[in-house]
Amino acid sequence: MQASNTQKFIALDIGPTGKLLKPLGDLDFEDAVAVFAETVKLGVKYGADLIFIETMNDSYETKAALLAAKENSDLPVLVSNAYGEDGKLMTGANATAMVAMVEGMGADAIGANCSLGPKQLSGVVEELLANASIPVILKPNAGLPKAENGKTFFDITPDEFAQEVAGLVEKGVRVVGGCCGTTPEYIQNLYAKTNKMTPVAIQPKNIAMVSSYTHAVKFEKEPILIGERINPTGKKRFKQALIERDIDYILGEGLRQEEKGVHILDVNVGLPDIDEVEMLKTAICELQAVTDLPLQIDTSDAKAMETALRRYNGKAMINSVNGKQESMEAVFPLVKKYGGLVVALTLDESGIPDTVQGRIAIAEKILAAAEGYGIEKKDIIFDTLAMTISSDIHSAKVTLDSLHYIKETLGCHTSLGVSNVSFGLPNRDAINGTFFALALENGLSAAIMNPFSVEMMKTFYTYKALKGMDENCAQYIEKASEFIPAAPVANAGGGASSQIDSRIEPNMNTVSELQKAIISGRKEKAGELTQSMLQTNEPLSIVQNEIIPALDIVGKGYEEKKVYLPQLLMSAEAAKSAFEKIKDYMAVCGKENATEKGLVVIATVHGDIHDIGKNIVKLLLENYGFDVKDLGKDVPPEAIVERTVELHAPLVGLSALMTTTVPAMEETIRQLREKAPWCKVVVGGAVLTQEYADKIGADKYAKDAMETVRYAESIMEGLGGGMHE
Amino acid sequence: MSVMLKTYQEPPFCEKEILRYAGCKSYDEELLQLLRACIKEVRGKLSYKVCYRELPVTITEETCDFGCLTMQSQNLAKNLKDCKTAILFAATLGVEIDRLIAKYGRISPSKALLFQAIGAERIEALCDIFCEDMAKEKGVALKPRFSPGYGDLSLESQKDIFQILDCFKRIGVSLNDSLLMSPSKSVTAFVGIKTYLDETEKKSVNKCAACEKTDCQYRGV
Repeated sequence: MQASNTQKFIALDIGPTGKLLKPLGDLDFEDAVAVFAETVKLGVKYGADLIFIETMNDSYETKAALLAAKENSDLPVLVSNAYGEDGKLMTGANATAMVAMVEGMGADAIGANCSLGPKQLSGVVEELLANASIPVILKPNAGLPKAENGKTFFDITPDEFAQEVAGLVEKGVRVVGGCCGTTPEYIQNLYAKTNKMTPVAIQPKNIAMVSSYTHAVKFEKEPILIGERINPTGKKRFKQALIERDIDYILGEGLRQEEKGVHILDVNVGLPDIDEVEMLKTAICELQAVTDLPLQIDTSDAKAMETALRRYNGKAMINSVNGKQESMEAVFPLVKKYGGLVVALTLDESGIPDTVQGRIAIAEKILAAAEGYGIEKKDIIFDTLAMTISSDIHSAKVTLDSLHYIKETLGCHTSLGVSNVSFGLPNRDAINGTFFALALENGLSAAIMNPFSVEMMKTFYTYKALKGMDENCAQYIEKASEFIPAAPVANAGGGASSQIDSRIEPNMNTVSELQKAIISGRKEKAGELTQSMLQTNEPLSIVQNEIIPALDIVGKGYEEKKVYLPQLLMSAEAAKSAFEKIKDYMAVCGKENATEKGLVVIATVHGDIHDIGKNIVKLLLENYGFDVKDLGKDVPPEAIVERTVELHAPLVGLSALMTTTVPAMEETIRQLREKAPWCKVVVGGAVLTQEYADKIGADKYAKDAMETVRYAESIMEGLGGGMHE
Repeated sequence: MSVMLKTYQEPPFCEKEILRYAGCKSYDEELLQLLRACIKEVRGKLSYKVCYRELPVTITEETCDFGCLTMQSQNLAKNLKDCKTAILFAATLGVEIDRLIAKYGRISPSKALLFQAIGAERIEALCDIFCEDMAKEKGVALKPRFSPGYGDLSLESQKDIFQILDCFKRIGVSLNDSLLMSPSKSVTAFVGIKTYLDETEKKSVNKCAACEKTDCQYRGV
């Protein structure tokens, strides 16, 4: 927009909806986009000159509004957020994370408004200025609200306000104004103070970064670790989880990698037999409900990529584009629209060049094409493709030399799927670790890797310590003990058995070590013991002779009120970790799980977004051998009916927390009776009572999770055992 | 008078109270260790925010007229009996506790349950320090808190309360279609202002004693 000093513009002002988006609240992301789209269309229709999205205190809602503005207008869009005293939005994003996302999506300015005075916002403003390559906006309150004699006032004068804001204009702020507590006098003073100032020129920052809903990860000097474990390739157990839509397993893989210290999680859920578009979207949303690590969306399906990018809360890493015309035409428009840091593979229609020159030429071609789409160099990260040295002993050198050139001469960041280099060789970790070190020395910015590999983590931390990136070697010292090979699992020794004795009376002398671990709720121990027992015992005998009797002891203790719910759950989790080992073992051996007693569909009803009770029931039902299909929370009646009919489930469990959602439960039961007359319905939840359950036509009211298990057992017995062959 | 804001420092954690909310009448070493790990994880992560207004109130048998809003509730009328003014407030711990509950709900329900109990203990502790602070600041004595959903004060009344307190803008609390609050560890309540407490009321300061739901599993008396 060209403007003289006196020209005036009218902005379409868009503020928050006042509702929290899912998963924290109940407003769906696309519904939010639709609401904002309606506003934007009206603004365009009536001739607004620009769009000002402001006072947003949630990054996800900010994204919804910005997306709606971009999709429904060509007007300039200014985005401003309300930060708290901790320098973060209410839902946790810091200013750098907001820059990554908002600038990535093509906003024309970014800033801060409302909530605090100019002085309290100065930290946020400086963070914005340090990271943004677009103009920075500041529209603070007139200080902080104070109350005296029943009257509220803001604590700085128009003069102080102008003075403080002008100080930040000197540092580079280019758009200023006032929010709560300011009056025409404040604006007048501000104008007088700043209108003769020369705006500071905006420097492009060229920071390669991705973000989540809390923080950004920058690609600078220090290497970045991208966890590769959310990927079915070569993993039978993971494939099984995808086919069974076992989202919890996928989340577990993510969280375990987070514990190991990765910075970004790669997410690949592609399998020939599943709907990848739907699965990737679900995986991204569910992962963002449990971890704040930025995600790398890893798919070759453009539709799945777009759906995931659209829903992603932040600026995602994208894996990948390559030098093929078709690939660039599919991926680059998505990077431009949604923002993202895209991994570019140095291959094209003619394959993977086996020379350094060939790979560099493709990199240059990709950069030129990206520029044509308006994508900056900083948003491309090159993968020069690690190939196994078992088929070509020079392949590692070509990869490393290409990497070095791209980093040093083209000035781009780089990544590698490090472990490919050792494919087909014994003790692959040994090769991987050394190759990782060489790659780092040649300019590797990020490794897509297995954080459970001791060799890889050892290389990472020792490299950082040796290159002066680890102050006082503190990180190395903290991790050093993990780099010693693990001692074999000791079979003897109970540890906590003294407490067990006091809690549960049966003769503990007859109870095995595994059973003690389960009864006392020691997860790791139960897993380790099961693992070692599997070397000499049949899986089925471990379940029947060890795990089930231990669970019975705890379950009975609970029913007799000797054990309380948290303890019951600790035991259930320990049993689950034992079952996981058995499942892994059976997946590897290709054996069917013959222990299942029958199928139960469970869900928290429509309108209810809290699901702890349902999750507890799920855990216990699984412990007792039921095949549980968990439909999640806030599930519409139709969806529950559809799955029940599809699976011909003999039992459905419904949970509701609030009196206001009991009608949704009633409606679900009504529809189930109509479409799935064979199934029994058990209900539970904070507000439920026997009376309520009778009124809404449930077959059973279960006061707790154990009662649900007992009821499920009685139903399945009535059916003459399991539903599965 | 407009809506006021208060932010508090983290109140001390009470393990005993958390265990009560978790439904434990006894505990062992394993559980205590798990609880302490949870407390360690949550420490410093929550916010303690309150927004409030002081409102004049006129009480008849079953209505409380606060000028800007009217509540139909015999129980509230009884609770606020003899009060000329009341404080209406909303308090929250913010979204982090919900994130922890959601995260562990998927991987460790025992921890999710403990975070749930920690959240309950935290939000009650926040309400307590806010009320103590108000009593001190205004030099008055306060009646026990009374929230929508208690007795005959309907959850529907939340809609008006949210409007009056501008909860979303002030402290980031929103009301879902099913009248659940997000973040979940939030409280809205009326607190009657009195200048003195008589002897019988002193005894019933224990909030459970005044409650009509005598079969509650968390009942403290």
